[in-house]
Amino acid sequence: MNASAAALTREHGLRLLGAMLRIRGFEDRCYQLYGQMKIRGFLHLCNGEEAIAVGAMQEFGPEDAIVATYREHGHALARGIPMDRVMAELYGKQSGCSRGRGGSMHLFDASRRFYGGHAIVGGGLPVAVGIALAQKLRAERALTACFFGDGAVAEGEFHESLNLAALWRLPVLFVCENNLYAMGTALERAQAEPDISAKAAAYRIGAAVVDGMDVLAVQAAVAQAARTVRTESVPILLEMRTYRFRAHSMFDPQLYRGRAEVEAWQKRDPIITLSARLRALGVLQESDLAQLQRDCEAELDAAVQFAEHSAWEPVSDLERFVYAERHT
Amino acid sequence: MPSGTPESAVSLSYRDAVRAALHQALSEDPRVFLMGEDVGRYGGSYAVSKGLLETFGPERIRDTPLSESAFVGAGIGAALAGLRPIVEIMTVNFSLLALDQIVNNAATLSHMSGGQLNVPLVIRLATGAGRQLGAQHSHSLEGWYAHVPGLRIAVPSTLDDARFMLAAALALPDPVLLFEHLYLYNMEGTLTEGLARVDLEHAAIRRSGRDLTLISYGWSLHKCLAAARSLAAEGIEAEVLDLRTLRPLDDAAIMASVRHTRRVLIVDEGWRSGSLAAEIAMRITEQAFYELDAPVTRLCTAEVPIPYARHLEEAALPSAAGIVAAARALLRPAGGS
Repeated sequence: MNASAAALTREHGLRLLGAMLRIRGFEDRCYQLYGQMKIRGFLHLCNGEEAIAVGAMQEFGPEDAIVATYREHGHALARGIPMDRVMAELYGKQSGCSRGRGGSMHLFDASRRFYGGHAIVGGGLPVAVGIALAQKLRAERALTACFFGDGAVAEGEFHESLNLAALWRLPVLFVCENNLYAMGTALERAQAEPDISAKAAAYRIGAAVVDGMDVLAVQAAVAQAARTVRTESVPILLEMRTYRFRAHSMFDPQLYRGRAEVEAWQKRDPIITLSARLRALGVLQESDLAQLQRDCEAELDAAVQFAEHSAWEPVSDLERFVYAERHT
Repeated sequence: MPSGTPESAVSLSYRDAVRAALHQALSEDPRVFLMGEDVGRYGGSYAVSKGLLETFGPERIRDTPLSESAFVGAGIGAALAGLRPIVEIMTVNFSLLALDQIVNNAATLSHMSGGQLNVPLVIRLATGAGRQLGAQHSHSLEGWYAHVPGLRIAVPSTLDDARFMLAAALALPDPVLLFEHLYLYNMEGTLTEGLARVDLEHAAIRRSGRDLTLISYGWSLHKCLAAARSLAAEGIEAEVLDLRTLRPLDDAAIMASVRHTRRVLIVDEGWRSGSLAAEIAMRITEQAFYELDAPVTRLCTAEVPIPYARHLEEAALPSAAGIVAAARALLRPAGGS
């Protein structure tokens, strides 16, 4: 699908806007529920980064595979995992998309080829390479999209995986969500070469820098890259420049960045900028926005109700699934 | 091997047996492929995969860069996506570079996904000391891996198991680590006639006896068998139990032998502290304490990084002579009859 701004239709614009509002609403609701102690553990919210998951997922089909990080609520929702199943997982309920065994950082849906939810920084990249290897060996025209943050670039697994994917010409789309901080460590304090996209050249991988705050730019870049990945069976690295508006997790006083910096990025909020663009095109009315928000709230309320009323996994099933229950 | 000749009629090495197992797996299942460092053109660091590249081609006999984490993780991903990868990590020592993938991913993904995913991956690793390779090439870390739920740990210690354990591992839907002791690759012999498969659930009695049980696996198993022959000459009949799988442990077989002989010596090439021997001893204490005629004993590797010099390395590792001495002490305690 071509998503250039010139071709932006009302229908498509509203779909992207709705998808981002849905993720934003989900994250804000999670924040509240965490305060109410309904959700426990680590909780990493993606406010500000919604355009990447939403823009990218428009370009993937059911045959493609997704590997994500521990800040993956947006990817899971954009991929189509039902919101109530995701919310139930955050509650730790049996009806959760990982049966309450994964939690916020480990969302899975095999039927949608959503392979997690990886909470060791960089640990998902080799797995994505292997899924792509299987896709190539079976001559599928599918790709594996691997999302990771700027922190992962410091891990050996990033370099090993880019090398292997390039060496074996595997259909991996590496999507780096560069939000400038690995937890509290600024990129330039961790990288001798802070230009992440430049690192791809060392592995002869094509790369591009994308405005990760612009959902249309994300979709256009992913559309172009995905075409190359599929047709030429080569990896590509897209560096999405983005920013998280909230803290790293629920336990972060944000001593490492200033208020002015946060406010400057908030002016580029992908939801605000897309809304403004649609208004300027004359295809977004205030009533549309209100309707999208009502839909979102209704879905959220239903998801919370579903999670609240879902059963707990019986403790007698504690040790299930440590080993596979069905031989394949 | 000439066609028509029964496999059991030909003398072969442990290395040949593993190669035959790989050949069979690759021939029978198009989803199976082998990858690792120098498995292809070089023929395998221990020459296990020699010749397979010519037969199966570079797509299925896949040389990797020295990127243990990436190619083990790639094995996990390929297994998740429906293939049946066999990953060779040249030695267990290098597996430490892939520990994240093995422990954080292979072992967890089935449970953490609520049973949606499974990782039918086989990892083969050379393990152990005895070749004067120094501290960084002589680890025995299979006991470490056996600590981790979600993994299956197996050790082929006989030619039959070297020949048939791989197929059993590939038939399982879970990640299986097969530890091949580097000292055994040159072991020669013949396969048991008529044997076509083995399981990955049961320990096996390799020698029957009434006076004590020697519990072991890997190279140490063969030291136990040698010790048992020496002990027989002095009238002590040792039973030798080959654990075969370290996770899950075959408690039933262990306890059956313990109840039969009432005395136990565990021989484990791992370091003593926190060892597999400690785990087995505790299980015997929990399940068969009142059947024992003597405290459970063990012989492990001295708690040093394995040294290079031959006499020091030998002194660090369990030996047949040490097993004989420990067995005698168990049967005839000092101050006893």
